Amino acid sequence: MSTRFLLNGEPQAADVPPTTTLLDWLRETRRLTGTKEGCNEGDCGACTVMVTDRDGTARALNACILFLPQLEGRAVRTVEGIAGPDGTLHPVQQAMIDHHGSQCGFCTPGFVVSMAVAHLNGRRDHDDQLAGNLCRCTGYAPIVRAAEAAADAPVPGWMRADAEKLRDPSFIFPQIRPSGATAPARPTSSDELAAWYEAHPDATLIAGATDVGLWVTKALRELSPVAFLNNCADLRGIVADQEIIRIGAMTPLTELGAFLADRHPSFAELIRRYGSVQVRNAATVGGNIANGSPIGDSPPALIALGATLHLRKGDTRRTLPLEDFFLAYGKQDRAPGEFVEAVTVPIQPDRLACYKLSKRFDQDISAVCGCFNLAVEDGTVTAARIAFGGMAGTPKRATEVEQALVGRPWTEATVVAAQAGFAEDFTPLSDMRASAGYRLRAAQGMLMRYFRETRGEAVSVLEVRA
Amino acid sequence: MSVSRPLPHDAAALHATGRARYIDDIPVPADCLHLAFGTAPIARGRITAMDLSAVRAAPGVVEVWAAGDLVHNPDCSPSAHDEPLLSDGTIHYAGQPLFLVVADTHLAARKAARLARLELAEETPILGVDEALAANSRFEDGPRIYAKGDVDAALARAPHVIEGRIEMGGQEHFYLEGQAALALPQEGGDMIVQSSTQHPTEIQHKVADALGLPMNAVRVEVRRMGGGFGGKESQGNALAIACALVAARTGRPARMRYDRDDDFTITGKRHDLRVDYRVGFDSDGRLLAVDFTHFMRCGWSMDLSLPVADRAMLHADNAYDLPAARITSHRLRTNHQSATAFRGFGGPQGMVGIERVMDHVAHALGRDPLEVRRLNYYPEARVEGAGASGGSIFEAKMGGRLETADLAGRGAMKVKPTSGRSSRYGGAHSPVPVAARDGVTPYGMKVEDFILHGMTDRLADSCDYAGRRAAIAAWNAANPVLKRGIALTPVKFGISFTLTHLNQAGALVHVYQDGSIHMNHGGTEMGQGLFQKVAQVAASRFGVEMDRVKITATDTAKVPNTSATAASSGSDLNGMAVKAACDEIRARIAAVVAPELQADPAEVVFADGMVRAGGAEMPFEEAVKRTYMARVSLSATGFYRTPKIEWDRIAGRGRPFFYFAYGAACSEVVIDTLTGENRILRTDILHDAGASLNPALDIGQIEGGFVQGAGWLTTEELVWDDKGRLRTHAPSTYKIPACSDRPDVFNVALWDGANREDTIYRSKAVGEPPFMLGISVLMALSDACAACGPHYPDLQAPATAEAVLAAVDRARGAP
Repeated sequence: MSTRFLLNGEPQAADVPPTTTLLDWLRETRRLTGTKEGCNEGDCGACTVMVTDRDGTARALNACILFLPQLEGRAVRTVEGIAGPDGTLHPVQQAMIDHHGSQCGFCTPGFVVSMAVAHLNGRRDHDDQLAGNLCRCTGYAPIVRAAEAAADAPVPGWMRADAEKLRDPSFIFPQIRPSGATAPARPTSSDELAAWYEAHPDATLIAGATDVGLWVTKALRELSPVAFLNNCADLRGIVADQEIIRIGAMTPLTELGAFLADRHPSFAELIRRYGSVQVRNAATVGGNIANGSPIGDSPPALIALGATLHLRKGDTRRTLPLEDFFLAYGKQDRAPGEFVEAVTVPIQPDRLACYKLSKRFDQDISAVCGCFNLAVEDGTVTAARIAFGGMAGTPKRATEVEQALVGRPWTEATVVAAQAGFAEDFTPLSDMRASAGYRLRAAQGMLMRYFRETRGEAVSVLEVRA
Repeated sequence: MSVSRPLPHDAAALHATGRARYIDDIPVPADCLHLAFGTAPIARGRITAMDLSAVRAAPGVVEVWAAGDLVHNPDCSPSAHDEPLLSDGTIHYAGQPLFLVVADTHLAARKAARLARLELAEETPILGVDEALAANSRFEDGPRIYAKGDVDAALARAPHVIEGRIEMGGQEHFYLEGQAALALPQEGGDMIVQSSTQHPTEIQHKVADALGLPMNAVRVEVRRMGGGFGGKESQGNALAIACALVAARTGRPARMRYDRDDDFTITGKRHDLRVDYRVGFDSDGRLLAVDFTHFMRCGWSMDLSLPVADRAMLHADNAYDLPAARITSHRLRTNHQSATAFRGFGGPQGMVGIERVMDHVAHALGRDPLEVRRLNYYPEARVEGAGASGGSIFEAKMGGRLETADLAGRGAMKVKPTSGRSSRYGGAHSPVPVAARDGVTPYGMKVEDFILHGMTDRLADSCDYAGRRAAIAAWNAANPVLKRGIALTPVKFGISFTLTHLNQAGALVHVYQDGSIHMNHGGTEMGQGLFQKVAQVAASRFGVEMDRVKITATDTAKVPNTSATAASSGSDLNGMAVKAACDEIRARIAAVVAPELQADPAEVVFADGMVRAGGAEMPFEEAVKRTYMARVSLSATGFYRTPKIEWDRIAGRGRPFFYFAYGAACSEVVIDTLTGENRILRTDILHDAGASLNPALDIGQIEGGFVQGAGWLTTEELVWDDKGRLRTHAPSTYKIPACSDRPDVFNVALWDGANREDTIYRSKAVGEPPFMLGISVLMALSDACAACGPHYPDLQAPATAEAVLAAVDRARGAP
């Protein structure tokens, strides 16, 4: 089975092994070498490409951990397609030249693509839009000056061509002759996926590939069989009623963050710092839960909100509290052939505060992620759900701390007393991100931060201005 | 005139459109081979058995070589010939190349490289400073000592004495383009090598050595690197040698690039450093004596560690006139990647030591650290006498002999003591008695161009240091959880290779019949804009627009015997060499056209695309044509060597530097006392680039250097486990600054003074010095921590959130 997509406006059919990355295909097969390999794990952005969906949405993605079959029916624009067909520079390219935004130039194509996508989408939050692009030469100042300078320029016509073509009902990809290459499964619904996965319980499911991609590019694993889930439309999206928010497993983090901005802004802020634009555009909520990371970032927040996980195997569905899904490091309560269909969260007043602690603010994996959801009535704590990532082999509730708070007055003395509970709840590890002792201290500090934040004190270094 | 104009980087449009080619982008024939190393999983031991049959049987594999499969195992070292390409059976660090896989594709080579079955006799690795000292595992026979004055007596007499320790981590270069090389076999056994290297001549030398060929059989070309920062001074040798061996043996082109994790794991990084200090001072904060001990972990091989450690010692004074100082430097051999050159080349590490001392002394006296710093500055240079001669007060000559033919490497100089004067290894050192506060460095060089009094005044004024310090104190009093801090720190950085003979450069300039100019020099382009700056020099000499000057790849066949593009020397050396070549051609043109203009050749002026004299003029291309018709050569080489310098690194005496580059930065930070999280709020910089050749490119170096320096001291933490395996081997775990980590408010200005020394258009080197402006961030963090309690916070580097929280605890007197 081949994959059909647009490349810089031209229809393509690529017939390659299913775990061929877009980056390798561009550079080695198509000899389009403008897209660079900086890390091959989605952390530097030198390989950033623009991908447009059938609905016209354009996103920046990392080509190094994007498998070709994920592109079926979509459009890819590389740095070679950011300038106009006649060679006219895109406004962000001209601004990068005018504002000295390149030095060694190796990261520049990735920046240019990220900037062009942000420009197309009218985004001016440059620090966030460029958090997934690393530059070692410039210190970023001239790049941001370039982005600001280009922000008001009109979007060049060719930047909308992909969306127009994909939305044009008369456009169909040319037929090509199928080859004998191993065809990956491409279910188009939860039902199809359920049937296929039950029959292939050893298969690898690929949603956004921000984690599985590294199994291929770094662990050099052969994955077979695989199923690509990006066409399972009914697994994607968020619906809310009076009581419940249902988040489909295939919902990208970007969409979750946008949805949460009004309901749970602290959770949305946590997601703003989850990976980078490129990673959040690919990574899914279901993948973030199902891969069982002890850090995860969205699981602790969801657990603090009292989330329920919806699993499916064949025609059998079951639910369980999200925290019960994580059994031990690398072990989840998931049967072979069973997959995450959705996660639901009860509608509730927003009391959630999420604190992410990492070496670098943006695009870093948490050393400690603490999420606090306390109800205080008449000065007394009436309910508490506190969950942490990075403190144990799994995302985990701080039950001792919760018990030390509930029923007690919401005072500093109560908080100080409850801080001792962290040592009962958690036995964290020392690793390259933080020592065990520091993790424990930081968790205690986060509880105090939550208390002081409820008292209206300034507690976030991110909100201080010179 | 093109010089001093803020022109964009010469390749800016190529960068922005993805058309700039790096090694892995160069089209190659379809039969090109791809290489990968199989590496050691342990830090120390011996290979007792290595079964490579599965590697050989892997799909796409063409050849697999261990050391025994090579006629001779080439050396990759830039200094002591202690780096065999492939392990000879001994394992010195986790990541050491053990065997070489040659395959049809990059991916096939990487996959096969993991299939070896190794039997290893593991030994306990030497990892920490204390372990290395205990085992006396070191380079050179004992510590190196530079000293001035009677330190012990001065400390004994000092009214106040404090001591302390700061440990600062190393740093991964994280050039965005990883190490890469491509070898193209030629007729008659010759070899062309394309390499991502700062040092083409070193690559040429090492490849020739590996192939058993004279250097004239190997040509190395470098158009650009995707970043270098010192990491491509010597670390590209192994790849180029491997490619050349494969190409020579198979007759096929061979390309090698390290996957990012391999790059982290195999190659060297910035040296980490422990600095112990004892400092004596008076009640005003005037330093009377400092006794520094440096403990530098150099990794498994010598590489460039000796000059790096030397430069750390040479910057242990930074901007401060120390009446008595002793710097004792231990260069420790450990089972890690061999630490290597990195922007500043040890200078930043040495400088952090004295800035830490200033911070500590100010805290002990309850004084503003900036006051203490200023009090100790070297005396300001007199305004008159620009270009005044320097000259060291000591006339020292190299007391030894060269031991290696590898003359172009910075690690090359290995001196065998031949006189008592030179054998200052360990033991008591007899310092040269010098009068107190005499403006002479601890290594005996008179500081004659000091401008930091004026720069500091101007910066402190423009950034409102005093007003903000007061405002911060008030803010801190009102905020129990968050604390701000501020610091203004100076930089004085010595410019020249300390290995004096490397301070030379060549150039080759052609003017074609049509008036177009082709320019070549020994410098390499790694993003710093060197090619553009030097092209601006050429255009200025000929008085033509930039579009006449063709910038071409660095090529050992055009300019031989080049030094590494390193030590910030690129435009100083190559700019002067190109100027010499241009002036030679100019003189020939002038001699031809002067009679036609009825003028003396000395009166001929090249400007605005015209050649003028005595009121008459002709277009440049016309003058060129006439010169050609007159059968006069329009091609010339140029050569430059830095004057005035002389240096005895054994005695620690002389004038190692032609001049100093200066800068000052004021940074403001905020910390969270509950978690230690921290952030830069604002940075103001005033930097001295002399009379800038290109202010835009220079400001780019300053902004980028500052952020890289701040990253080194904050988020960039290298972590090895207790078995010596690097745990931070990819950007997922090793965190260089991201976009939002630059200061919210970031003001950078150039100091508007010309270099006192006669450099190219009186400009100053700008590659490395701004890196050390990042020290202001560490000191501002220390200031914020100190706001939490009465005790000295003793902040260590990198100042991760964890390190800051520990410092907050210490400030509060927590046990």
